Amino acid sequence: MAQFVMPSLGADMEEGTVLEWLVKPGDSVRKGDVVAVIDTAKAAVDVECFTSGTIGEILVPEGEKVPVGIPLAVIAEPGTAPVPAPAKPVRARKPTRERPPSKKPLASPPVRTFAAQHGIDLATVHGTGRGGAITRNDVARALTTEPRPAPAVRRITPYARKLAAELGVDLAGLTADPVRARDVRAAAVPPRHRAEPAEPRPREDRDDDAMRRAIANLMTRSKREIPHYYLSTTIDLHTATTWLRERNLQVPVTERVVPATLLLKASALAAKQVPQLNGRWLDNAFQPGSGIHLGIAVSLRGGGLIAPALQDADTLGIPELMVRLRELVSRTRSGRLTSSELTTATITVTNLGDLGVESVQGVIYPPQVALIGFGAVVPRPWAVDGMLTVRPVVTATLAADHRASDGATGARLLNTIDRLLQRPEEL
Amino acid sequence: MTSQTAARELALAAIHDALGGFASEGELNSLGPDENLREALELDSIDFLSFVEHLSTVTGHRIEEDDYPRLSTLNSCVDFLTGR
Repeated sequence: MAQFVMPSLGADMEEGTVLEWLVKPGDSVRKGDVVAVIDTAKAAVDVECFTSGTIGEILVPEGEKVPVGIPLAVIAEPGTAPVPAPAKPVRARKPTRERPPSKKPLASPPVRTFAAQHGIDLATVHGTGRGGAITRNDVARALTTEPRPAPAVRRITPYARKLAAELGVDLAGLTADPVRARDVRAAAVPPRHRAEPAEPRPREDRDDDAMRRAIANLMTRSKREIPHYYLSTTIDLHTATTWLRERNLQVPVTERVVPATLLLKASALAAKQVPQLNGRWLDNAFQPGSGIHLGIAVSLRGGGLIAPALQDADTLGIPELMVRLRELVSRTRSGRLTSSELTTATITVTNLGDLGVESVQGVIYPPQVALIGFGAVVPRPWAVDGMLTVRPVVTATLAADHRASDGATGARLLNTIDRLLQRPEEL
Repeated sequence: MTSQTAARELALAAIHDALGGFASEGELNSLGPDENLREALELDSIDFLSFVEHLSTVTGHRIEEDDYPRLSTLNSCVDFLTGR
């Protein structure tokens, strides 16, 4: 028997809400299958199963928030008979409510009960009472205006109901039972164009305070625990940008590659050549990464930051890396990441060039041991063979954990990035 | 309305459409004609490429990277698209 516990989706996560179960008792699952959607302070995350087997009992229902480490379900592994689930484990502490009180729609307990009885999600009801409070009349109105599914026959998960309201999907038109978020997404009208292919989670749906607190905790921990050292070098990108320009002239606009892709690929290959900087500091020792999983710092519209992993980035060709990068950034901004993307990064890259600054002295994401930063690509005077010329240059920086490596190692990483960028055709 | 004015209105509509994934209609309407698009809307290089792709599609004209400087503001975009 194995227990599927509330996973830690990053060093900054303390608790999570089960938004939706995608499996039920008796279902077979394989390692890597998405079994639940968990809401963290930062995103709704598709959580993958860590083992193969059969789902036993579901211990934590949808909508409940529990701390990291609390068992969520029991999984019978192959070869073991699916025995009855053990008694419900004692919780570390009382589960908190699904939403912080400040974000919860204002409604009195009798109104809440009334809404629950009729399957109305208060988050979808417009309140007309004092201070925007939801009255019994508001719920009644929602009851008459909302197209009702056949009563008491179909189940709709709370997350699916919320998504349906956000995406304007008519639940009556869906035939699945129970209706889950993925059914709602499938029925949703495609977004206007491909700039944001994944369905965006509306900004107000994210708890900005929780996001800020999560970042604050993680960065404070980093600065408190990690003795950072910083290195910086300026790289001539004449060859790389010339090569890229020629390449982009020959391909359709849709296959164009942005310079950041070259910087990321060079970083991934350099991390492979300098493995002392690719991995984690755990239990007072460095543990090398089992591949180059490049964390990409992605800023969210409306504030905040997430750094999901682009897995095995060193093995991807430039066109493929560009496709994967676009897709990852899009999903990050629309809040659709998987648990492995949030937990496997072995080294992170932050590219602040788009914001116009020339360099960034980064803060390492614990428990990683290094962070590579790039500023803007800018034309600057440059000496070539004793003559002054103008070249596009970028400042590459490294923040590294002095417990895991020394400056000479860090210097090797930056010099390797420089060397690789001088041969863009080999990236 | 002169044909030139009509062409500029059409171009502006195409630009608004191409920026639709990054900002609300209200935000786009409050954009100054000479404001830098990438700064005002916080577009990174991938966002900007999506914008260019969309413009290329709706106008039927391939936009090269060398043209990017001409796409910095609403006004310059309209000038570019209407061939001024």
